[in-house]
This record gives sequence, C-alpha cells and structure tokens, in this order.
Amino acid sequence: MPARVRPRGPLSASLCALLHRRCPPPEAPQRTGHLLDAAKKALAATGNVVEDDDLQLSLFLLYGLMYGSLPWLDASWEWHPDLIATRALLERAFEAQMRSAATAEDPPRADREAVAAWLFAATAPTPGPDLARFVARSASRDQAREFLIQRSIYTLREADPHSWAIPRLTGRSKAALIEIQSDEYGGGDSERMHAAIFARTMRGAELDDRYGAYVDDVPAITLASQNLMSMFGLNRRLLGATVGHLAALEMTSSLPNRLYGDGFRRLGFGVDVTAYFDEHVEADAVHEQIAGRDLAGALAQDEPALLEDILFGAVAGLRMDGWVGDRLLHAWQEGRTSLRPTSRETIRA
Amino acid sequence: MRDDDLVTVTACPDGPLIIRGPASFIAEDGTPIDQPRRSVALCRCGASAIKPWCDGTHKRTGFTTGGREPR
Ligand code: FES
Repeated sequence: MPARVRPRGPLSASLCALLHRRCPPPEAPQRTGHLLDAAKKALAATGNVVEDDDLQLSLFLLYGLMYGSLPWLDASWEWHPDLIATRALLERAFEAQMRSAATAEDPPRADREAVAAWLFAATAPTPGPDLARFVARSASRDQAREFLIQRSIYTLREADPHSWAIPRLTGRSKAALIEIQSDEYGGGDSERMHAAIFARTMRGAELDDRYGAYVDDVPAITLASQNLMSMFGLNRRLLGATVGHLAALEMTSSLPNRLYGDGFRRLGFGVDVTAYFDEHVEADAVHEQIAGRDLAGALAQDEPALLEDILFGAVAGLRMDGWVGDRLLHAWQEGRTSLRPTSRETIRA
Repeated sequence: MRDDDLVTVTACPDGPLIIRGPASFIAEDGTPIDQPRRSVALCRCGASAIKPWCDGTHKRTGFTTGGREPR
C-alpha cells in the first residue's frame, strides 16, 4: 500500500476522510459541502497562511490531485466543484499574503534586457551565512540527510510545477521554457531526468525515493514552498508569476549547488549522491541565462501586462526560499531537527 | 536565414557564451571534452571552477563585458 498522510487539523482531516474514498458520481449525494465551511473556519482562525500546517497540507493534497503525484489520491476527485472552490478560497488567502510579503522594488521597463538585468540584480549572491554555506562547512551527516528529505517534496518531481505554463505561452518565451524543461527532463534520456538523478541521491543516502514518503515529516513552510509553485503553475492568471519564479529559481541555483555538493563530498557521500548537485551547477549556469532573457525578459517585452507578475513571482520565490532556508538553519544552529515530530510507524496505511 | 547545420554562439552580457547545437570541444592537451547537454555555457570570465563550462562564479566576481547601453 502506498504511504498516506496524517491530517494536521480540522480541514486536512475532512479532506483526508473524503479523499480516502472514491469520488461519488455527479448524480449521487456529494456530502462535500462541509469542506468549504471548514476552509472558511480554518482561514478565519489562522494568523499566517504560509506557516499553517492544516492549510498548507490541505493545499498540497488538492494540488496532488492535479499532478497525480500521490498515487492514493483518486483521479476522479480532480475536478470536483467543492474541492476546486475550497482550493480557490485557500489560494486567495495564500496569494494575498505572498503579495504583501513580496513587493518588487524599482521595477524595470518591459524590455528583454532590462528585465533580465533586474532579475540578475535581485538574485545576486550575497555574502554572509546561509543554508548552502552551512551545508558546505558544518552540517552533520544527519542534517545533510534531513536536507534531502526537505528537498524531496519538490525535487522528486523537479520541473513539473513550471511545466503547466508550457501550453499557456507562445512564441519565443515558449521555446525558451521548452529548452529549459527539456534539459530538466533529461533531454530524451529518462536516466538524466533531474528528478531521477535526485532519486539516486536519495537512495545513495539510504532514504526512501518514493514521492511523498516524507510528507508527514516536513513542516508547513516546506509544503508552502511547493504549493507556491503549484498555485502559480495551475492558475493561468498567474502565468507571469510562474515564469518569474522559474527565472529566480534558475538564477539562484548554480552557486548554492556547488556548496551543497562540497558539503556532501566533505561528509564522504559518493558520486551517486553528489552527481545531482554537480549537474545543477553546470546546467543552471545555462538555464539562468535562458530564463532571464529568452523566457522572462522576452515574455515581459512581448506581453508588458505580465511584467508585474513576472517580478512578483521572482520575489515571492526568493522570499519563500529565504524562509525555508532560515527555518533549516535556525533549527540546526540550535541543535534541533528541522523536521516535524512524527511517529513514522503509524503513518503507513 | 538560419542554417540548421550551424552552431549558434550567444554572448550573454556580463556572463558566459551559450553554445547551442552539437559542437566538438577540445581541451588544451588535445583531448575531446564531452558536451554534456545540447546547450552549454562556456566561461568567459576565467573564474569558473568547472572550465570550460560556466558555473555562475562570474556573478560573484563582478565580471562585466561592457558596452551594454540599451539601444
Ligand atoms: S562566465 Fe560564468 S563563471 Fe566564468
């Protein structure tokens, strides 16, 4: 049986109870109306959507229905109107919080080079302590494995959230996204798919490489980081944000991945584990150039109305990445785990 | 007109050269270097740790290619 997840509050409990059954046919009694009320209550009760375990797990499951990434989620629920309405309600609050936390300073003109230059400036490496340097120099073996667990929520499905944008783009920005994604997906070789390379990293570190195996262990912020990409990707109105997010992601990848690779080498992990990081140093030095100019820059120039959201998506991604990094770093500096306390024996169905 | 047989070399402001298409890369000692992906970035700042490829270090060293006034 595939692993299932444990609810983290009333909304995710209602959702899990529903999703563990098959979706009723449209003419049958639905018994799903209470979800929307549970979502409204949960939203009214929370002071911070981004860090709310119940809300972020619920969003994660609702998006999981769309990806098919969690095999126990029955595809028949995918377009259920009450689930879609619940998702929309959660997304509105999540997006509003991200918009107020991620304002783009000194926005550039809607010009290819100007937008690329702005993005490179916004993602420029900063001196000082950060997660990558900590992993490179100080992380223990357990912390390094914990880092992989945190990353697995995205990386075992690497590139998928941004691929939702492909049919929504046209012309040169579409070609640029395809050029990047094709490389992410291994350029025709499934073994070279980044998600597959990361699965080897997980196995090399003696971790479970099945998608979702560690959902119960990661904090709300880790789910929020994945949910942000899914929200951008699955909503056509947020197309600009998806593109901006991907550009920022690519532009902040090469240098940290070098340090992650160094950290895992320092700890004695083999090439099977470090290949993922080395691949990203090299690949993302190419991708960031394409993402900055040919994707984000070209899209802003071709569709100036999207400029604002391109910048929002980039800044939102950087903020989120900062929060996730701080979360791990602070826990480790205080000698704690960054994972949630769970009794893993009880979470297997 | 674009000849599909021709490799394209794109200069990135303040960054690497992007080579698109299959090319032969030969190291200083004459040994061939495998092209790891269809599009590769050649370091032109001199600071990369994985030469001939770019590893993003140009962003740390403040490398500029100059002459980039918006037209
Ligand atoms: S051009 Fe990027 S590291 Fe030299």
